[in-house]
Amino acid sequence: MKEEVRLIGENGLRLDGRKVDELRPIKMEVGVLKRAEGSAYLEWGKNKVIVAVYGPREAHPMRIRDPTKAIIRCYYNMAAFSVEDRKRPGPDRRSVEISKVISDAFESVVLTEKYPNSAIDVFIEILQADAGTRCAGLTCATLALVDAGIPMKDLIAACAAGKVDGEIVLDLMKDEDNLGEADLPVAASPRNNEISLLQLDGNLTKEEFNKALELATKGVLEICEMQKEALMKKYKK
Amino acid sequence: MNVEACLKRDYVRILANNNERADSRKFDEHRQIEIQKSYVSDKAEGSALVKLGNTSVLVGIKMDTGEPFPDRPQEGVMMVTAELRPGASPYFETGPPREEAVELARVVDRGIRESKAIDLGKLFIEEGKVWMAFIDIHVLDDGGNLIDTAGIAAITALLNSRMPKYEDGVVVRGEWNGKLPVSRTPIPCTFVKIGDKILLDPTTDEEYAMDARLTIATTDTLNAMQKGGTGTFTKNEIQRMVDMAFEKGGEIRKLVE
Repeated sequence: MKEEVRLIGENGLRLDGRKVDELRPIKMEVGVLKRAEGSAYLEWGKNKVIVAVYGPREAHPMRIRDPTKAIIRCYYNMAAFSVEDRKRPGPDRRSVEISKVISDAFESVVLTEKYPNSAIDVFIEILQADAGTRCAGLTCATLALVDAGIPMKDLIAACAAGKVDGEIVLDLMKDEDNLGEADLPVAASPRNNEISLLQLDGNLTKEEFNKALELATKGVLEICEMQKEALMKKYKK
Repeated sequence: MNVEACLKRDYVRILANNNERADSRKFDEHRQIEIQKSYVSDKAEGSALVKLGNTSVLVGIKMDTGEPFPDRPQEGVMMVTAELRPGASPYFETGPPREEAVELARVVDRGIRESKAIDLGKLFIEEGKVWMAFIDIHVLDDGGNLIDTAGIAAITALLNSRMPKYEDGVVVRGEWNGKLPVSRTPIPCTFVKIGDKILLDPTTDEEYAMDARLTIATTDTLNAMQKGGTGTFTKNEIQRMVDMAFEKGGEIRKLVE
């Protein structure tokens, strides 16, 4: 029944008029909150995300402290009104998992060893969701971390590729995510192109996977350029 | 902090750098695997105990009836939960599942769900009523690589599950009628990166010493992946692991089926 829906038209364009390797429109702004030490706002298609960063600050409770480095705690949180059916507020299993993989990804770039026993807290608030929120959240969190003055080896951004109507496409929007055959979110850093977040759900052959990975990392590099621009806009005098 | 593993960290890393492992396995070799089907078979619809080296995980399947998801009214429901019982490691605590348990459950869930291992369309009963398959992971002993052990136990248990008898709108407990419809066998393979080496099926010491971790669940295609740990992978490393996951997953699949 649902197979009738065509996600890629005769002309090779997707439902929202994009080409298969085209990102949705992305807008970034650095330093949008007053109280947080670092913050950023991001719009990515219909996704709207705001991130606040505190720290390095004292880690509580004591037992979670690491005497060799700072710990990074990302909290991914979806607003109740961010999706079509109201989401019950508070952490669920999905958000716990996303928070964990994003925290891990940041450990690969943040110079945590400079701040033993402390915590860097990253609050990712999804205000409106339309597929790809973990990528949007991570990309926005990078800007907020830079804004907070946290030393990092490199930028980090994320983007998904997936399979829709048998084709490998970049940056799935909601309908493609729901009806598509696979979703592969990837985070990487531009300088060494190493991959710090990778998840897959769906159905891909080895060849399709390689193609999707290539496409996703290409998208990541494009987004990193936008991050640089957004940061320059705020800090270049 | 895990003091013992912390002290062993350098030892494990130096060994890996010299292409060795503490238990003298090859880098692409699983620990000894032992699968006991229907380990607790009197009450549960299906179960399996899987031992992978020192790791021991019991998975039980229970079936019940319930409401379908509104967006899939014709399909049954599957749910995976994981409990890291305190007896399995001095570092596990009582209380609600923490992120490690949540991740374990969700990665196992993705492999089964995305490969369409359970034929959820056949679990439809009537308008507004479907079968729900509860896959509960009980970690008994943590010797490392819980994801693979639990994933293998879960699919083994599913393959050996019965359907409860259903009569006049109620489930008759203790009586069964046919098998749970399971048509694919997703197998997860987990690798860790230590320095520039890639090791299959890590022990707890290797997990502590690792830079990054990657789980790949396959059938004849790739169905689920999850990267963990704070380090990174190159594309080349990921492609090598994908190849190995197909090969090594195939070997495990023969044991399971």
